[in-house]
Amino acid sequence: MGILVAVLSGFLVALAAPWLTRWFGDRVGWVIALLPLSITIYLLTFIPDLADGGSVRYSIEWIPALNINLSFHVDGLGLVFALLISGIGTLIMLYGGGYLQGHHQLGRFYLYILMFMASMLGVVLADNIITFFVFFELTSLTSYLLIGFDHNASKSRYSARQALLVTGIGGQFLLVGLILLAIAGGGWEFSVLVDQADVIQDHALYVPIMFLILGGAFTKSAQVPFHFWLPGAMAAPTPVSAYLHSATMVKAGVYLMARINPTIGGTDLWQFVLVTFGAATMLLGAYLAVQRTDLKQLLAYTTVSSLGTLTLLIGIGTDVALKAAMVFLVVHSLYKGALFMVAGTIDHETGTRDIRVLGGLRKLMPITSIGAAVAALSMAGIPPLFGFIGKELVYEAVLDLDTFAIIIAVVAVVSNILMVVVAGITGIQPFIGEEKETPKHAHEAPASLYIGPLVLGTLSLVVGAIPALIDTSIMEPAVSAVAGQPVEVTLYIWHGVNAMLIMSIITVAVGVVVFMGRQQLRSVTNQTNLLAALGPEAIYAHLLAGLDWLSRTQTKIIQNGYLRFYFLTIIVVLVVSAIYPLMAYGNIQLAGDLSDVRIYEWVVVAIVLMSAIMAVRAQSRLAAVAALGIVGYGVATIYILYGAPDLAMTQILVETLTVILFVLVLYRLPQFATLSERGSRIRDAIIAGTGGLLMTLLVLVVSNERFYDSISQFHAEESYPSAFGRNVVNVILVDFRAIDTFGEIIVLAVAGIGVYALLRLRLWEDRSEEK
Amino acid sequence: METLMAILIGGLFASGIYLMLRRSIVKLAIGLVLLSQSANLTIFTVAGLTRGNPPLVPEGESMPLVPYADPLPQALVLTAIVIGFGVLAFTLVLVKRVYQTVGTDDMDEMRSTDGFKD
Repeated sequence: MGILVAVLSGFLVALAAPWLTRWFGDRVGWVIALLPLSITIYLLTFIPDLADGGSVRYSIEWIPALNINLSFHVDGLGLVFALLISGIGTLIMLYGGGYLQGHHQLGRFYLYILMFMASMLGVVLADNIITFFVFFELTSLTSYLLIGFDHNASKSRYSARQALLVTGIGGQFLLVGLILLAIAGGGWEFSVLVDQADVIQDHALYVPIMFLILGGAFTKSAQVPFHFWLPGAMAAPTPVSAYLHSATMVKAGVYLMARINPTIGGTDLWQFVLVTFGAATMLLGAYLAVQRTDLKQLLAYTTVSSLGTLTLLIGIGTDVALKAAMVFLVVHSLYKGALFMVAGTIDHETGTRDIRVLGGLRKLMPITSIGAAVAALSMAGIPPLFGFIGKELVYEAVLDLDTFAIIIAVVAVVSNILMVVVAGITGIQPFIGEEKETPKHAHEAPASLYIGPLVLGTLSLVVGAIPALIDTSIMEPAVSAVAGQPVEVTLYIWHGVNAMLIMSIITVAVGVVVFMGRQQLRSVTNQTNLLAALGPEAIYAHLLAGLDWLSRTQTKIIQNGYLRFYFLTIIVVLVVSAIYPLMAYGNIQLAGDLSDVRIYEWVVVAIVLMSAIMAVRAQSRLAAVAALGIVGYGVATIYILYGAPDLAMTQILVETLTVILFVLVLYRLPQFATLSERGSRIRDAIIAGTGGLLMTLLVLVVSNERFYDSISQFHAEESYPSAFGRNVVNVILVDFRAIDTFGEIIVLAVAGIGVYALLRLRLWEDRSEEK
Repeated sequence: METLMAILIGGLFASGIYLMLRRSIVKLAIGLVLLSQSANLTIFTVAGLTRGNPPLVPEGESMPLVPYADPLPQALVLTAIVIGFGVLAFTLVLVKRVYQTVGTDDMDEMRSTDGFKD
């Protein structure tokens, strides 16, 4: 029960957020932060249970007929993610209040971001795969709203749509993949499917399942070639970037891969795909990062790189690699969240995020600079910070590979060197050196802005120095959950002198040297920007433009504005699609049976038909209306002949009113004129004639069949005994089907109101005439 | 007699469609009336026709005497007639307003009200 409350409370508080913002004003951040804080504390109570190898499940029925239940499962993996989400969420709620202080849409910000937090908790705690998918998509939606938060800027809208399209299309692949997975594994809960790994991996659908699920994971976690939406997402306010696009949402794809790893992972194909894409993303992200000069863009591309690292590690799949993945996940969230918040603080205080004009801020912003430095050192992997342990494990995992160990190791070292450079550029450079002129004169930020980086920095330092705090209690259950079997996790800061340490030393040493020459690096790497014209983002833009063109073109063709072409289309489609079944299955007695027709019936039908033709051919409006009246009265006569006096009465009344109405209105309309060409008249006549022929055939076929006689019989038999009416038709209308009649009255009333409104309506032309 | 009615229905349907394909908006309205007559007769006919014998329960009986005309399509058609009239009334007033506002009854000249030009 507690889990359900923890997940869903976010949605409830989100709805109240606009009012909370109105009541508490600038202090609202401190109030709203209480929610994620209490969720964090609640989640911490699970640690002892999970450390003993247990897990907690909670389930209530949602749509049991479709095997969809609101079921949640807290295991090591879910808990690590949930703690990051609620813990960093607490700091972000505080930070957001300070960052957007006085913003007129602060309430909306909290509404979105709380909904996001709740969705994200749902993603990492859900056990049912459909429930998981619903939350997964909710994070895409809330991310869309948050990226487009500044909705007056077209850049924001473009980026928001781009993120939504990329992750949303990936989500569709994921849904299909999950459903196939459930079919292959015979279960709808992750905790059930994990025991069916053998069955699923031998299943004929294994390969499509894997690729479809990875389609969802790769788009969400910005793997090459879908990485381009993530830097675009930086159009969001910085608290959002810090939370969604570094620490949490983009990791939903990584979470998915980790969650599904014991079920579908471990095959050669899985390893090949994840290692290839992970390594490519890791390298490309880091390479693109060093070209940037905008703090947030730098951080965004390194996030892409880190997500690649995580994919690579899950792909390698050994115990060491999974251990590295979980540790690096925490490491990255701690330092990247902090650095994003610092970037936002710098932007907030100086008015710029361009690293070329930033410098010497340590004197002006001493507290922020401490948070930034600690985070940057962790990112660079300097002991005793947690980042060091993370990087050592990554190297160990890479060296463990059977094939291509050297290539991947080189990729890892190069990427990490570039990470050191970016750490220096984003966390150190703005604070050292000469003080520079910035658009705003900087001073120390308010507490709400520096608490976040400080807390995260302290955590990096503490768990880095004393990893025993979390290794067996939190990391071990998490790694075991990803591995699908118990894995022992003990973390040390000092391993002795080994290959990993040497690689680390090389990384940092080269990183520092490159950092010194960062301007040259930037100008050299900028030369390759021309290639972007061939990149996935350009393809995306072309596809979108093509879609626009297609939509415009087909609208011009289909919605051409000529009513009669719509009609033509409808009739032609109807005729063409009805002819075949009619010929194939219909029992048409084309000869027709006219022997039983009496002479007066011939007369009535002939009169009606002739009047209809007269209405068609009439040159004067009045003649057409008169012919219409004759048709109506003729039809009324037919009703009388075949035992429907009620219909006849209604028809006569309505026909009379119709003729009167026509005459009243026609009086104000112009004479008939022959508007169409002779050719189009002949075409229309052929089409109308074909339509009429089809109707005749249909009636001939259908009146040979009788359906559900019992309904009519019921009404006839029950009319008097049950409803005390002798006129069966009336009883049906006012008793058996009274609700339908009520609906009919409403239609008439609406039509009446419409008529009245149209008659009273005064358009601007009329008014201007009056003046 | 269903055969005869089938011919009538086809004739009314064809006349209605032909008129609705005209450019004049008044002819459209007339075509609409013919089309609804055709539709009503279709419902009425496909349930099977019975001469005379409306579905009324005579005194002293508990149900109509066999053979009686099927009451169900009659109830449906009755509703259709009334609703058809409502629609027609609205259409006619709309036609009048359109003519007043646009100054033409040629539907080919009424294509750009939503700003969609090619």
